[in-house]
Amino acid sequence: MAEIWTVVDQSGGEPSKVSLQMIAAGRKLAEEMGHDLAGVFLGTGWDTAREKLAKHGLPRAYVAESQDFEDYLVQPAIDAIVKLAQEHQPAAILFASVPLGKDLASGVAAKLESGVLADVTDIEVEGDRLSCRMDVFGGATITKCQVVGDPQVICVKPNAFVAEEASADLAEERIEAEITDDAKAARIVERVQEEAGGRPSVEEAAIIVSGGRGLGGPEHFSLVEELADVLGAGVGASRAAVDAGWYPHQNQVGQTGKTVSPQLYIAVGISGAIQHRAGMQTSKTIVAINKDAEAPIFNLSDFGVVGDLFEVLPKLTEELKKRKGG
Amino acid sequence: MNIVVGVKRVPDTAAEKKLDEQDFTLDRESVEAIMNPVDEYAIEEAIKLRDAAGEGEVTVLTMGPEPADKEAVRKALALGADKGVLVTDDRLHGSDAMATAYVLALALAQQDFDLMLLGSESTDARTSLVPQALGQLMGMTALTYVKQIEVSDGKVTVHREEEGGHAVVEAELPAIVSVVKGINEPRYATLKGIMAAKQKEVEVLAGDELGIDPEQVGLEGSKTKVLEASPRPPKEKGVVVKDEGDGHEKLADFLQENKFI
Ligand SMILES: Cc1cc2nc3c(=O)[nH]c(=O)nc-3n(C[C@H](O)[C@H](O)[C@H](O)COP(=O)(O)OP(=O)(O)OC[C@H]3O[C@@H](n4cnc5c(N)ncnc54)[C@H](O)[C@@H]3O)c2cc1C
Ligand SMILES: Nc1ncnc2c1ncn2[C@@H]1O[C@H](COP(=O)(O)O)[C@@H](O)[C@H]1O
Repeated sequence: MAEIWTVVDQSGGEPSKVSLQMIAAGRKLAEEMGHDLAGVFLGTGWDTAREKLAKHGLPRAYVAESQDFEDYLVQPAIDAIVKLAQEHQPAAILFASVPLGKDLASGVAAKLESGVLADVTDIEVEGDRLSCRMDVFGGATITKCQVVGDPQVICVKPNAFVAEEASADLAEERIEAEITDDAKAARIVERVQEEAGGRPSVEEAAIIVSGGRGLGGPEHFSLVEELADVLGAGVGASRAAVDAGWYPHQNQVGQTGKTVSPQLYIAVGISGAIQHRAGMQTSKTIVAINKDAEAPIFNLSDFGVVGDLFEVLPKLTEELKKRKGG
Repeated sequence: MNIVVGVKRVPDTAAEKKLDEQDFTLDRESVEAIMNPVDEYAIEEAIKLRDAAGEGEVTVLTMGPEPADKEAVRKALALGADKGVLVTDDRLHGSDAMATAYVLALALAQQDFDLMLLGSESTDARTSLVPQALGQLMGMTALTYVKQIEVSDGKVTVHREEEGGHAVVEAELPAIVSVVKGINEPRYATLKGIMAAKQKEVEVLAGDELGIDPEQVGLEGSKTKVLEASPRPPKEKGVVVKDEGDGHEKLADFLQENKFI
C-alpha cells in the first residue's frame, strides 16, 4: 500500500508542535486516500521522540539515528529521504514549513524531480492528488494548488492544523543512512543560543503579541513581553520598531519580515500599514490595541480596544494572570 | 573573487495585484514592480566581498521577461555590480520554483564563480525554495538563511539563523548562500552609479542558448499547478470598544471566550 510520510521536525528528539500537527493532518489524508501514514525521523534522541509521536497517533516510522544529521547541514537528511523515497515511492511527503523543513523539501523535490508547495494552510484530497491552499502576495490572494509530479512534496505551515492525542502502537523500521563524504560538505562548527527568554519564535508561535512605534521606546517592549509570557506567546514587532533599533529584526512581521499565521495575533501600538498586514493578515484571530480609532488595523481585527496602551496593557496582563490563577 | 547574485523582480506589496484569469499567473505588466527586497542585501554583500578581495566581478543573474526585468538588472548594476545576465524566453512564463532553479542552474553552470548569493525568500510567493533546489541541482549544499559571511583560504564560514540562535557553518568554495535581511546595510544607488550602469554589459540569453529542455519549464513543465486563485474576502468588521478604564476586562473576556486562556 502506498504511504504518506511526515518528516519529523525536531530538535534533540523533541518533536516541534508542527510535527504533531502534521501527524493529525497526515492521519486524515491517509485514511481518505486509503494509504498508510509513516513518519521519517533523522537525528538523535529517538527514544524521546518515539513516545511523543506515538501519543499523537503516528502508526509507523522510519528511523535513522546518527550524529551526522546534527553535525552537517541538511545534505545527510536530504540524501537519506531521497534514497528512502526511491525505495518506497510514497504518494506524498509532508515537511514542516519552517526554514529547515523548506530546505529539506526543496532539496528532496529537486533530486526527485518533483514539485513542492510551501506555506500550505489546508489540504484536501482530490482523487490521487492533494489540493493545497496557499495564501500568496502577503495573504491578499488565496490559491488552490497541486503538485503534479511524484512524490507530492508539501510544506505544512505551523498552526494550520490542530494536533490530536491518539494512541498508536508505533512500529519502527530502522534504516541504514549511508552518509557520503559529499554529504559532509557543509559542516556545522558550533551552535550559538541567542535568546534567553525561551519564548517561541514568531514562525512557530500559536500566539504572537507584536509591538509597534506606539510603544515609544525599546524600554517599553517589556510591556509586550510580559503579556506574551502570560499567554505563552512569541513577540513580534513592526518595521518601525525594528528600524528604530527597539527589537531584533528576526522578530519583524511583515513584507520584509516574517509571514505568520498564528491562532491569535495581538497588535499593540501598530497602525496596520499594508506592508505589516502582508505578514499577519492570515492570522486566525486578530486583536488590536491602539489609541487612534481610525487606525487601519481595526479593519482587520476581530476585537479592538481604542485606548492608551500604557493604560490597557499592564492591566490586561494583570487581569489575565488573575484569571489564569483563578 | 567572482560572485553571481540571483535577483528577482516582484510586485510591490502595496500595489493591486491581478492574476491572469486563464492560467492564474501574475499579470506582471499590470503591477508596479520592485526588486525583491532581500536581494538588495545579497547585492550589497557581493559588492562588499568583491571589494574586500580586491579582485573579481559581481554578476547579476535574473530570469524574467524583458524589458521589465532588465530594469532589475540595471538597478543592481547601478548599485555596483559589474555585469548582468538576463535569461528571458516566452517558454519560461509560469515557471514554478523548481523550474526556476533548473534554469538558474543552467545559467550558473556557464559562469566561473566562487560564490553564488541569493535572497532567502521572495515577497511574492515567499517560498524560499529556489536556493536549496539550485544547490542540489549544482551538486552542492546551499547554505541558507545566512546573516554573516566570511571568506578566507578558499573557504566560506557563515552564521545561519536557527531557532533561538544561529549555527556557524563552514564549506569549501565554490558555494551557494542565501542571505537574510539585516546581514548588512544596503547602499542607495548614486546618480554616478546609475549613469555608469548604462555602460555596463547585460547579456540576454534565450532558452536554447542555455540548452533548456522546454518540457522542464513554464506552465506546462512545472510540477506544480495553480487550480484556482481568488482575492482574499474582506474581513467582517469585528468588535471595537473604547477604553473607559474597562477595556482590559472586555478584552480579557474576549480572550477567555475564545479559549486563549
Ligand atoms: C518596501 C517596504 C517594506 C516594508 N516592510 C514592512 C514590514 O515587513 N513590516 C512592517 O511592520 N512594516 C513594513 N513597512 C513599513 C510600513 O509601511 C509602516 O511604516 C510600519 O508598519 C509602521 O509601523 P508601526 O505601525 O509600528 O508605526 P506607525 O504607523 O507609526 O503606527 C504607530 C501606531 O501606534 C499608535 N499609538 C501611538 N501611541 C500609542 C499609545 N500610547 N497607545 C496606543 N496606541 C498608540 C498610533 O495611533 C499608530 O497607529 C515597509 C515599508 C516599505 C515601503
Ligand atoms: N526568476 C529569478 N531570477 C533570479 N533569481 C531568482 C529568481 N527567482 C528566485 N530567485 C532568487 O532566489 C531567492 C529566493 O526566492 P524564492 O525561492 O522564490 O523565495 C530570491 O531572493 C532570488 O535571489
